[in-house]
Amino acid sequence: MYKQLVVEGLWKNNPALVQLLGLCPLLAVTSSVINGLGLGLATMLVLIGSNATVSIIRHWVTSAIRIPVFVMIIAAFVTIIQLLMNAYTYELYLALGIFIPLIVTNCAIIGRAEAFASKNSLPNAAFDGLMMGAGFTFILVILGGLREILGNGTLLNGAERLFGSGAEHWKITLFTTEHPFLLAILPPGAFLGMGLLIAVKNIIDKKLAEKAASKDTKTVVRARVTAES
Amino acid sequence: MKLAVSSSPHQHVRRTTDQVMRLVLYAMVPGVIAQLWFFGWGVFWQILIALVTALLTEAAVVTLRKREIGQALADYSAIVTALLLAVSLPPLLPWWMTVLGTFFAIAIVKQLYGGLGYNLFNPAMAAYVMLLISFPAAMSSWLPPADLAKHTVGFTDALQVIFSGFNSAGYDALQLRAGADGVTMATPLDMVKTQIGQGYTYTEALNHSTFNNTLWSSASAGWSWVALLYAAGGLALIQLRVISWHIPLSLLAGVAVTATILSMINGDLYASALFHWSNGAVMLGAFFIATDPVSASTTPRGRLIFGAAIGFWTVIIRTFGGYPDAIAFSVIIMNMAVPLIDYYTQPKVYGQSRTPKQKAKQQGES
Repeated sequence: MYKQLVVEGLWKNNPALVQLLGLCPLLAVTSSVINGLGLGLATMLVLIGSNATVSIIRHWVTSAIRIPVFVMIIAAFVTIIQLLMNAYTYELYLALGIFIPLIVTNCAIIGRAEAFASKNSLPNAAFDGLMMGAGFTFILVILGGLREILGNGTLLNGAERLFGSGAEHWKITLFTTEHPFLLAILPPGAFLGMGLLIAVKNIIDKKLAEKAASKDTKTVVRARVTAES
Repeated sequence: MKLAVSSSPHQHVRRTTDQVMRLVLYAMVPGVIAQLWFFGWGVFWQILIALVTALLTEAAVVTLRKREIGQALADYSAIVTALLLAVSLPPLLPWWMTVLGTFFAIAIVKQLYGGLGYNLFNPAMAAYVMLLISFPAAMSSWLPPADLAKHTVGFTDALQVIFSGFNSAGYDALQLRAGADGVTMATPLDMVKTQIGQGYTYTEALNHSTFNNTLWSSASAGWSWVALLYAAGGLALIQLRVISWHIPLSLLAGVAVTATILSMINGDLYASALFHWSNGAVMLGAFFIATDPVSASTTPRGRLIFGAAIGFWTVIIRTFGGYPDAIAFSVIIMNMAVPLIDYYTQPKVYGQSRTPKQKAKQQGES
């Protein structure tokens, strides 16, 4: 069960690449690795919390009122995360701005509550939240990295916002230019990058499927019945 | 005696895609020569860089898609795209921006959507918009027309600037843009926009040294000649029935009507229709860009709407938007509207009533 949850969350049913849920924050904040990672971690924490809580109360909430209950649980966790970020990572909190409270509206979270957590036991639901959150964070970081390299020539710019003042020298400058590639940082760059990432995933899936298919079809060795002349 | 029986249409022009594309290329020659004359050898190098990139990209992507390379390269469509993009670029643009733009046009805008005939957007204009929003400073660095320039940029000089940023005398692109009076020149469109923004009237802006009082004997003249020769080439295309008259006419009318209404409201703030026609990419756009058979509307009435809307948006964005020229933006906006326009403008089939609704009504009456 756990192994399946890992594969589902990170790859097969990745919230960003396959379910295409939560695209609004995904596209809006991935202008750098750190922004992507920050929002990804926040979303992951909310997912774990909301999935666990929904799973605990699943026998007591009737299906007629489940949606408002889910929304209130998610909103409560988002508020907790928002206050925590306000307290401990204030600069990142300012950089992500409105997109932290908007985690409430991330369809991936209510989607998991409805589709998985409300039907499964507490450990499974919490683990599913962790894996779905990790899958979402993974894509946010990759897309953020692509856009940061192309648009800015750097990686991990502003790492101190998330990891404290010890991370100030983490920034890697790959190149400097007087003509930064603004498209990568602007919203169209996010859409183009996302489309290309999905394309890459589809290519890998296709290759894997071909490999699996060629393994399955066993080569039939025929007994030669006619002698070659 | 046996007579051959063939189905309609009985009159048709036997023209293949590559013939059409070649005619478009020939029709662009006068305009391109004018551009070379007024803006120097940079134009030539930009065209060369774009052509090479376009052909290489097309070949690479077509190979990846496991299609036939020969066929894809022989239809000349990549060459037309490269040429349209190259003549829209400032002559001394760094080479890698041209390469990036051309690659984007061919690989992303055209081939990812399925190749020739399937692209939603005009490849050259989508690439132009991509470059413009990515590198606004470099993309608005036009040279002054040759007569007014302080420095002339020669054949090898232009190549050096494009590839290294400096010419043999050590001037960079910004210094080479200086006019005869040593002040960096802007295009007339840019000039009028900035001056009006600074509180001058349109007439005062036209009296600026860039224009030397008259529209036809100055900086503006270079632009007007280029526009005029593109228009001539475009008229030849209409005469040869390569393109229909609907889009060019309605586009120019759209520009003229919108500009005239604005300048009637306040002649001090808004430029005249003639100014809009003779500057920037309106003529090139009307005859060569908006008429792209793939991404434009396909019905006669639809083409009139498509062209007029491009003209309208061009004047509106030029006047109220952040960028001096707007043909590319307008074409992209209207490309998005093409499926809707085509849906509502399906021509009536001979012998059929106009719409299913009216048909139902007629049947109800009888």
